[in-house]
Amino acid sequence: MGNHSDGSPNHSGTVATAGQNEVEKFQDPGIPPHRLRLADTDPRAAKRAERQVALLFGISVVGTLIFLVAYFAIDLGDGSSIATIRLQNALLGIGTAFAMLGIGTGIVHWAKALMPDHEVSEERHGIRTEEDRLAAVRIVDDIVEETGIKRRPLIRNTLLGAVALAPLPALAVFGDLGPRPDDKLAHTMWAPAGGKLKRLTRDPDGTPIKATDVTIGSAFHVIPEGLNELHEGKLNAKAKAVVLLMRLNPDSLKPSAGREDWSYNGIVAYSKICTHVGCPVALYEQQTHHLLCPCHQSTFDLTQECKVIFGPASRPLPQLPIAVDAEGYLVATSDFHEPVGPSYWERDEHERTVNS
Amino acid sequence: MKALSQKRRHPLAAIALLLMGLLVTGGLYAVATTVNQAKADTTSFNASDVGEGGKLFAANCATCHGMGASGSQAGPSLVGVGAAAVDFQVGTGRMPMQMNGPQAYKKPAQFNETQTKQLAAYVASLGPGPSIPEEGLLDEKGNAAAGGELFRTNCAMCHNAAAAGGALTRGKFAPALADVSGKHIYEAMVTGPQNMPVFNDANVSPEGKRDIITFLKQIEANGSPGGADLGALGPTSEGLFVWIAGLGVIIAFTIWLTSRTS
Amino acid sequence: MSAPSTAEAPAFVAKTKGGSITDFVDQRVGGSGILREFGRKVFPDHWSFMFGEVALYSFVILLMSGTFLTFFFDPSMVETHYAGSYTPLKNVEMSAAFNSSLNISFDVRGGLFMRQVHHWAALLFVASIGVHMLRVFFTGAFRKPREMNWVVGGVLLILAMAEGFTGYSLPDDLLSGNGLRIIDGVIKAIPVIGTYISFFLFGGEFPGTAIIGRLYMLHILLVPALILLMIVLHLFMVVVHKHTQYPGPGRNDGNVVGYPLGPVYAAKAGGFFFIVFGVIALMAGFFTINPIWNYGPYDPSPVSAGTQPDWYIGFVDGALRLMPGVIGNFHFEYVIFGHVLTLNVLLPALVPAGIIFTVLFTYPWIERWITKDNREHHVLDRPRNAPTRTAIGVAGFTWYCVMWAAASSDLIATNFHVSLNDVTYWLRALFFIGPVIAFFVTKRVALALQRKDREIALHGRETGRIVRLPHGEFIEVHAPLSEYKRYKLVGFESPAPLPAVPNEHGIVDRKEKRRAMLSRLFFEDRVAPATPAELEAAHGHHEAIESAEAQKTLSH
Repeated sequence: MGNHSDGSPNHSGTVATAGQNEVEKFQDPGIPPHRLRLADTDPRAAKRAERQVALLFGISVVGTLIFLVAYFAIDLGDGSSIATIRLQNALLGIGTAFAMLGIGTGIVHWAKALMPDHEVSEERHGIRTEEDRLAAVRIVDDIVEETGIKRRPLIRNTLLGAVALAPLPALAVFGDLGPRPDDKLAHTMWAPAGGKLKRLTRDPDGTPIKATDVTIGSAFHVIPEGLNELHEGKLNAKAKAVVLLMRLNPDSLKPSAGREDWSYNGIVAYSKICTHVGCPVALYEQQTHHLLCPCHQSTFDLTQECKVIFGPASRPLPQLPIAVDAEGYLVATSDFHEPVGPSYWERDEHERTVNS
Repeated sequence: MKALSQKRRHPLAAIALLLMGLLVTGGLYAVATTVNQAKADTTSFNASDVGEGGKLFAANCATCHGMGASGSQAGPSLVGVGAAAVDFQVGTGRMPMQMNGPQAYKKPAQFNETQTKQLAAYVASLGPGPSIPEEGLLDEKGNAAAGGELFRTNCAMCHNAAAAGGALTRGKFAPALADVSGKHIYEAMVTGPQNMPVFNDANVSPEGKRDIITFLKQIEANGSPGGADLGALGPTSEGLFVWIAGLGVIIAFTIWLTSRTS
Repeated sequence: MSAPSTAEAPAFVAKTKGGSITDFVDQRVGGSGILREFGRKVFPDHWSFMFGEVALYSFVILLMSGTFLTFFFDPSMVETHYAGSYTPLKNVEMSAAFNSSLNISFDVRGGLFMRQVHHWAALLFVASIGVHMLRVFFTGAFRKPREMNWVVGGVLLILAMAEGFTGYSLPDDLLSGNGLRIIDGVIKAIPVIGTYISFFLFGGEFPGTAIIGRLYMLHILLVPALILLMIVLHLFMVVVHKHTQYPGPGRNDGNVVGYPLGPVYAAKAGGFFFIVFGVIALMAGFFTINPIWNYGPYDPSPVSAGTQPDWYIGFVDGALRLMPGVIGNFHFEYVIFGHVLTLNVLLPALVPAGIIFTVLFTYPWIERWITKDNREHHVLDRPRNAPTRTAIGVAGFTWYCVMWAAASSDLIATNFHVSLNDVTYWLRALFFIGPVIAFFVTKRVALALQRKDREIALHGRETGRIVRLPHGEFIEVHAPLSEYKRYKLVGFESPAPLPAVPNEHGIVDRKEKRRAMLSRLFFEDRVAPATPAELEAAHGHHEAIESAEAQKTLSH
């Protein structure tokens, strides 16, 4: 690299004075001379290009016909197979593609081969004249000056305050978009109703589960009894109440104080709703006892009461206390002892009220 | 300044090569779809099967699973896993395992049908466990829609809604289910191989399993109505496709459009 | 304005039918002024100038296919049972929205094709906006006077993403339902008002029965209207500014070199619409997109492996995946004054997107402040001739791509047979070091390319032809460049660092010092364009060598 490549003044050249730029820079040679195309000089080439363009337009016509035939000749009646739909879709696609590409490539080929291809240079004009600019700026200055807004801060500040507050009604009218949250997020359907404990039932058919059904290594997807009979808000209730039921060797569970009677013979139930942003954490690895969320890969360890061992979640999955009723069916002895699902501003407050 | 011109390769060459590689890989993925079905034949075992199976076991499996299949450091006890587990693991080539790893891979089976049957007979004789499913449950004539609902609730979170497979933790994965025979699907559900949970008959009834197999075989036979399914991997493959193929073709057109005709 | 033209009408008679129609319309409603201004307006021609058009045309295709879809779509969350022709879903309970989406796919002739056209066009729309913005950034087309148009473009990108996301959710399938649930989880993490926003958005608890209808209104009315408004603004400014052009012989900041709008450019641009349409039709005919029949109806219990958003939301989803919830014993979700602050959601959801869009919107002003360059620029920079800007752009894009890749971490793991956890660890590392590496590598590559340009400008093009000189030395023959080609390599500006200048009080304040530091960072490793004097010297050098060789050969 020579001295000149680092941008320092070039001492090897001519004396640098006013004319430095002209000397140190190459002169713009101007637009290169126009090169004639084959079609400009050879009438046969021009004729050939003309025929090619016409052929492309012809292909477009064929494409349109393919589309129409595919649309009318293939019937999507009952009992039409997936293969028929796929065939029609492909033919509609190829018909449209031919119709469009035919026109498009035809026009472009026409423009490229036959229309004049002289590059022209056009002057750029200023967006506005300097005179206009000065006049406009002066007018705005005068207007601001005449309002006296600078000299009367009281007016300015009260105006700013009023304008800042004025949109509030516009926000307020959206207040009925939804009900107030209250403590809806703190409770689920698992809370015993009328003194009757809710049975754990299979998702999606709602049949109750016996403790003896749950063998070691099993995973049951569970909904509360009565969920399918709900007429309103079924999905809302389901979104909070879904539970994953698993059985592992009772020795591998080490329940913390207060949770000793939340499981039955190695059978445990945990909320399926991720404490990160709420995807169903349904991937159960029966040998490692890990639960994995397929959306953001939070991993929970079942043997440590679903503590987070990897990924973006920060809180363990809530556990549902379960027991067995007189007929041998699994029941929830109470609601979750904390709100399920992703965290929210009032969550801690809700957890305290639920537990008090 | 002469040194500057040495050892210089065009950086775009590497990018172009990479793009081409991606295009080819993507194309191959889109093309690769096959349909294969294997029919299960259910048989009862006789004493000679058990004896032959015992010999095969001692020669091929006991190193890890222990003499008498009682388990060792290297492999679990097989007492009570049933004939279905053996038929699945050996029949899909997962056992014997090539090497220890997070998960046994599917590979060409090392034992023929008779040998597999003999091994299954031996392990079944050690203790009661799930048996190889009956023909009637594998006829693929169940209710596909009901099977679809069961599949989405119990299976799709690992195996993907279109049964294209998915990732588990630390290198483990749930395999894609295309090309897997109905018998092996059934056996996997009742035995819970590797890290898959067990779906016993109280959880998903035998009819439910038949429905699931019917659903899987039906969507496999149907293929995608909209054309190539791009691996059924969801928005990721769609996004890659639009960036590479979609924009690629459009860039080719723009270059043609703005080039000069000779 | 029509009075004089009627008076002069008999004086000039149009030659073609088109001319007479123009005359007819003009005499009744006017407009000849506009035509006179635009009819022969010059547009420069380069393939990289076409991406804005791709976006515009995709938008037109979206409007057309979307209108078709609205005729059959029912944005209602009322429960119904499927009775259409797709047997694997027969009699399954689902919302009316999902039901009608299935009917469009299986029972409306051409409905599936239209759905796929609409969705592919949507992906292409956002992708082409992205590529267009990259082109504008790397060529410096955002510089004065186009800063405001760059901002309008950024707003269009955000609107396009919003339009895409609202559309993605409409079919009410399992995939998009889980996507909405993630959005709900992120909204709930907002301090103080998060829970309220969630309840207001969904009309109560998630999922409720209101969200599809609300998103539908946004998707077909509000957001497209805003996009259309922004497009009008964008194109208006393009017309006001005239198009930029690449540097080259005959091109400077005072002119625009290219083809006149009528007929050549109009034909090319018009034809290109049909080409874009054709390419989208090919994709829609042969490649499945968003197979909602695989995903099934939304139900809060199931989820599918490989749940991802469409590609343009991917970087946010990837950031969510990369963020650890717990480091050691520190939980990113903690309780202050009895309230929960969910930093493990808030940080990744807001910070990367916030940084990317803030830098994007303010970059023209940042660069103008550093360079103190207040001139108008109509000639573009070749990316190598602005090494630091190019390096910043590539670093930002790399950062984006790391997050984007993270959104597919599970698919990377399964398709390349590596551990999901390892993929996450690697991407977490790349999140921090990737942009740094990209910055330095890009800057060096750009400087190297500039040196190569100098080399070629001074010594000609390598022909690959090796010649053996009489005394045994091998040399490669270099072909000299034409002056047009050479001007392309040397006709650029190479700003030098601007040292700090004292202000009117004679003090160099801290801000000015920082500016000077950034200016040094930008321009200290510069490669100046070759000068005529150097070319002269290079030739002299060759001649000197040649004469020396000649003497050597003589003396032997």
